[in-house]
Amino acid sequence: MEAVTLKHIVKTYNQGKVKAVDGVSFAVEEGELFGLIGPDGAGKTSIFRILTTVLLADNGEASIAGLDVRKEYKQIRSSIGYMPGKFSLYQDLTVQENLNFFATVFGTTIEANYALIKDIYDQLKPFNNRRAGKLSGGMKQKLALCCALIHKPKVLLLDEPTTGVDVVSRKEFWDMLKMLKQQGITILVSTPYMDEATLCERIALIQGGKIMKIDTPAHIIQEYPTKLYAARAKEIYRLLGDYRENEAIQSSYAFGEFLHITLCDDKKSGAELLRQLAVQKGHEQIEIKEITPTIEDSFIRLMDERHLV
Amino acid sequence: MNQEKVIVCKGLTKRFGDFTAVNNISFDVAKGEIFGFLGANGAGKTTAMRILCGLSFPTEGEATVAGYDVYKQQELIKKNIGYMSQKFSLYEDLTIIENIEFFGGVYGLDWKEIKERGSDLLTTLGLQQEANNLVGELPLGWKQKLAFSVALFHQPKLVFLDEPTGGVDPVTRRQFWDMIYEAAASGITIFVTTHYMDEAEYCNRISVMVDGKVEALDSPANLKKKYNVSSMDDVFYRLARGAKRGEG
Repeated sequence: MEAVTLKHIVKTYNQGKVKAVDGVSFAVEEGELFGLIGPDGAGKTSIFRILTTVLLADNGEASIAGLDVRKEYKQIRSSIGYMPGKFSLYQDLTVQENLNFFATVFGTTIEANYALIKDIYDQLKPFNNRRAGKLSGGMKQKLALCCALIHKPKVLLLDEPTTGVDVVSRKEFWDMLKMLKQQGITILVSTPYMDEATLCERIALIQGGKIMKIDTPAHIIQEYPTKLYAARAKEIYRLLGDYRENEAIQSSYAFGEFLHITLCDDKKSGAELLRQLAVQKGHEQIEIKEITPTIEDSFIRLMDERHLV
Repeated sequence: MNQEKVIVCKGLTKRFGDFTAVNNISFDVAKGEIFGFLGANGAGKTTAMRILCGLSFPTEGEATVAGYDVYKQQELIKKNIGYMSQKFSLYEDLTIIENIEFFGGVYGLDWKEIKERGSDLLTTLGLQQEANNLVGELPLGWKQKLAFSVALFHQPKLVFLDEPTGGVDPVTRRQFWDMIYEAAASGITIFVTTHYMDEAEYCNRISVMVDGKVEALDSPANLKKKYNVSSMDDVFYRLARGAKRGEG
């Protein structure tokens, strides 16, 4: 069964002037870890708010755990866990008080589903009596996750849980998600960090209110239509300018310590061509290789193809 | 790179009661340098940045920013730096031109200068048609570009960028870095924080703060060599995973 479905969902703001969600359809299978990947303003939060029944779509249909977001909103609210993008707990309540509060609202107790939150809660316990507002970013995030899990939801909706959180806390958070997935919980998670895409089973790449692609990360990477090269030299920023000016080069952009480049004519000797161009422009310490694209490369490519740049 | 120092920081320390947020940090930043200021959540980055921006006094140590002392010349520091953050930069309820005029005025430029530079800026950004639109209606990427330009409007020697590209799409993020490179090439010093480790690669040098201290300070290439890893992501992970403070 599908745990989450959206069919042609449209949501506009300002009397239709701003189209936040523009005909979005996708489905998340039961037990799946599904990622909605896109930048701010792509429409991710509107989708989450529609699914969690706090916002009505202008058009289209959506359901969670087989329940319609419009007609069966009350049942949905008691059967899903939702972690909104903004820290939503009571800052003036302690860790324990927040947990108790959410448990009570959902008609349960911390003890009833303790097994589910144990691993996460163990890390929070030393701060049981600290007010939520005084926790670090990583700890706030863990507490919010515990509160979202307290009633053992069938579907967990996490709206940008790792935004603004450092690399170490992000890794820990994704480990927690994997663990929850193993316990059979369906997870829909959004993130603006493209490197987190590969941690999901399937992803939807979203930009400007539209889904550009839905597939497994591996498939999306496989479908990258041309060869991709990485290049660097001593003066990498000058190299970028030189490549951009050249007609044989289709695209060239910075990517960490390398430039990523595609060619108009996708022939075999691409690396050699790029090397020659760099040599002609007087570059030193040139390094060029063909590489496997990342999700971020695919995202950039798809934006370009759809003229969203 | 020019050897003129724009930031000099020696033994800088900030305590709040018995908590040492910034613990004896020392570093220099050269003119025209792109300096990446990284650290785990709670490592003390924001506290250190507030001191360097003239918003907070250190408890101990010395620092000068753009040649001015962080104890005695806070107002001069504020006048001579630019600042932009993802969270706050422009007034959404003012138009583009109003924002430019407002910030020009705050930084003490005279009206004639504001008018001239304001019109140049709109031309450079290609926003002449949109000058009277509310900033709140601009796409995020444009907001970021405009915010960066406004931070540079009073021609500061140094600009602080606090996670300037958070949540921005990958294409706009790169266009934003083009602007950073251009500014640095014109001699403006860039002090930048980011959670994107690929962006750390674009900096000339990186410092990584852990539990109030600067645990590493070098070029991205040297840091990778030192820790024998292939990406800045791994460098950061190695340094930050030992952090105690993130726990609190």
